Amino acid sequence: MMTRTAPALRHPLARTLLGGVAALVAAPVISLALIAIGGDAALWPHLAAYVIPPAALDTLLLLAGVAVVCMLAGIGTAWIVTTYEFPCRRLVLWLLPLPLAFPTYIVAYVYADLLGGLGPVQSGLRALFGWRSAADYWFPNIRSLGGAVLIMGAVLYPYVYLAARAMFETQSVALIESARGLGATPWRIARDIALPMARPAIAAGVALALLEAVNDVGASEYLGIQTLTLAIFTTWLNRSSLPGAAQIACLLLLAVCLLLALERGGRARKRFTGLDARPGARHRAVLPHRQAWLALAACVVPILFGFVVPLIHLAHEVIGRGLRIGFDPSLARHALTTVWLASCATVLVVLLGFAAALAQRRIADATARVCFFIAGLGYALPGTVLALGLLSPLIAIDEAINAVTHAFGATPPGLVLAGSSAAIICAYVIRFLSISTGFAQAGLARIATELDDAARIAGARATAVTRSIHLPLLQPALWAAALLVFVDCLKELPATLLLRPLNLETLSTYIYQFAARGNFEEGAMAALLIVLVGLAPVIVIIRQLEGAAPRPAIGSCELSPAVAR
Amino acid sequence: MTRTLLPGLLAMAVLGTPAAANEVNIYTYRESKLVQPLFEAFTRETGIKVNSISASSGLEQRIKTEGANSPADVLLTADISRLEDAVQSGITQPINSAAVDATVPAQYRDPEGHWAAVALRARVVYAAKERVKQSAITYEELADPKWKGKICIRSGQHMYNNALFAAMIARHGEARTEEWLRGLKANLAQKPSGGDRETARDIAAGKCDIGIGNTYYWALMNDVEADRKPWAEATKVILPTFEKGGTHVNLSGVALMRNSPNKANAARFIEWMVSATAQQMHADLTYEYPTRAGVPLHKTIAAYGTINGDTTPLSQIAANRKKAAALVDKVGFDN
Repeated sequence: MMTRTAPALRHPLARTLLGGVAALVAAPVISLALIAIGGDAALWPHLAAYVIPPAALDTLLLLAGVAVVCMLAGIGTAWIVTTYEFPCRRLVLWLLPLPLAFPTYIVAYVYADLLGGLGPVQSGLRALFGWRSAADYWFPNIRSLGGAVLIMGAVLYPYVYLAARAMFETQSVALIESARGLGATPWRIARDIALPMARPAIAAGVALALLEAVNDVGASEYLGIQTLTLAIFTTWLNRSSLPGAAQIACLLLLAVCLLLALERGGRARKRFTGLDARPGARHRAVLPHRQAWLALAACVVPILFGFVVPLIHLAHEVIGRGLRIGFDPSLARHALTTVWLASCATVLVVLLGFAAALAQRRIADATARVCFFIAGLGYALPGTVLALGLLSPLIAIDEAINAVTHAFGATPPGLVLAGSSAAIICAYVIRFLSISTGFAQAGLARIATELDDAARIAGARATAVTRSIHLPLLQPALWAAALLVFVDCLKELPATLLLRPLNLETLSTYIYQFAARGNFEEGAMAALLIVLVGLAPVIVIIRQLEGAAPRPAIGSCELSPAVAR
Repeated sequence: MTRTLLPGLLAMAVLGTPAAANEVNIYTYRESKLVQPLFEAFTRETGIKVNSISASSGLEQRIKTEGANSPADVLLTADISRLEDAVQSGITQPINSAAVDATVPAQYRDPEGHWAAVALRARVVYAAKERVKQSAITYEELADPKWKGKICIRSGQHMYNNALFAAMIARHGEARTEEWLRGLKANLAQKPSGGDRETARDIAAGKCDIGIGNTYYWALMNDVEADRKPWAEATKVILPTFEKGGTHVNLSGVALMRNSPNKANAARFIEWMVSATAQQMHADLTYEYPTRAGVPLHKTIAAYGTINGDTTPLSQIAANRKKAAALVDKVGFDN
């Protein structure tokens, strides 16, 4: 034990960092709360009678459905690719995270096109069975709650997949091997060892997927789902009550906090530590022929619906239109802008998030836990609401800067933060910080604090402990978080739309200007560019997760000798 | 890493700050690709550079929070609600232009002069060519049980429907509009969803017989969007009217910002938007009805028939939109 000093004086650097990060995320929340308090409750009888009940019901059903789909697809595929060797496994590893690169609303348009009354699927059925019109037969309506669950699940499962895989990949091989030696079936190993140990990470992944689903506006509106987030928008824009909208947003935020706290409480007493010291070096069971194909099929289904089908549809649109209207040369510039903004934000998010998680681990008191919790709240706000909340603090800082420069006799620079890309990067950092804090915390949770103590007793400095113990063990989580943040930044729309400086266009705002007019196909090229740009980090990160061990050529789909035998 | 990042950020910040130059800054709810040809034509004619940002919501709040430092000169919107919101949040000033007053009819201008319509779009009926024989219809008739299970429409909270329902309130009062909305809801073939194009698609697919949509969507599907041509071909546009009234129109409008740093250029831009050149571009490129008299309509729009616009002033329609939103909630229109 170190010498006892007053709590505030211990770890001053870690405390400043945690406090600063929490303040950054709290700023838009506080400004939102101020807007909410500034209004009255006159609208609430109406909201409570007609708006909230159906919206809450739709939201709950949507979230429950998306959670089930994401967990089935995400955990299932993560378990299969970490435990088994099967044909095309390398290719599958590449493809599994990719649905993430599609904005949800674009995928919603794609499926409405494909499965709609005049789409290829129903036309094919009509031709096959000789039906004349949609009135002659029953076909499930994709613009429905069920449709929304499947579409969002297909696009959002990678959050769970990446979180679960980063954990499975670093789980103690010894533990699993002993269980197998004792005769446990793979199912029991998954249920009793791997899943409980990965639970914090899976919870973080599911939370991200669900917050993404609940904060979606484009797809929900298009598919006719009445979510609470849509209620925020209609209250703001049609019921002309920004305070009322802020009040709903604050309540939604409270509900999210409560759920997150409950989940954390639920596993507070269960601590699982135990790591594979050599991530990526674990042995994968080679599956016999038939089972190998089953494993492949299980991984291909989510890839097919979340990635391949939308990709082919968009590519088809690009080719069809490209020949007619040509390629917009400004897209290259927008792609560069997008990558630049996303890169800045990703570096900041990963640095701040992991530093905050390490700081919280060192301080480990109630204040630190609250600060850390606050740091993860940015994702719980719809992007537009976050952007609205961020405007006031940013402009307040700008005005202070202007006042100071004016006092020194210089020309005030105007809106330095709010009028530049800094506003967008700031919004990205606040919004996506919970990805890195969540992944870092889940990763750290499995490193026994006794390990830190032992190293410290042996005379290692705190920084050395972090460098030689935490960071190597956290690497898979770190890379997975970086990938998620980067791709999320690439496709972020609502905050970018509202906060961007004059004349700035990103790929997602470029797509949106067509989608807003109901003509998303014109933006298909930009949607493909997002996927293409997202592919680069996927490749880098898969390499990192797989370790440096020699592997068959990437994308190789040949049966390995062991399987072909 | 942050050390190399900060100078970059600052550089971008400085570059991003508009310097005092011959330019005008436009915040727009109309998508930038759509209005880009107008901006380019304005720059060609006047030498004034146009900087713009487009967004789907929140521009009034942004301009209001930006306050005295706001670079915004002009706000462009695609409906009346956002214009009224802008006026009410105190970010506008009177346009005070004799040219605008002389060109835009009074019912399409703010009585206080804070906004003006530069083009109009009507909210009309798309009907199945084969299954719907009638060639005239009233909005009131949409609640007639004879259409039971035959109507498609997008969300009742979408701004275009919100304005139509507000116009109904302005004409018939809340009680009768509520009854009408219940009737319309009972006639729907499916839960409100999608957009106006999907309404045409659903009619073409046989899901419903009639639907509500804006005038320009049908024209775009028919003239421009080759793969949606079948949707337009399966449907026809009927210009509906209110009983003893005209067709509901909404606007594409423009407002002058209170803290406009380039006010002279802004005024020039607004006046240019109602000039013969710009009005012709609105008719041809965005398939809207020009607000300037004597500008010929696009032939596809003209083929809908002669439009007789509802005479209720747009400001009065805007005043009823909160009530319209409340009624949509009350009758569970979107549920």
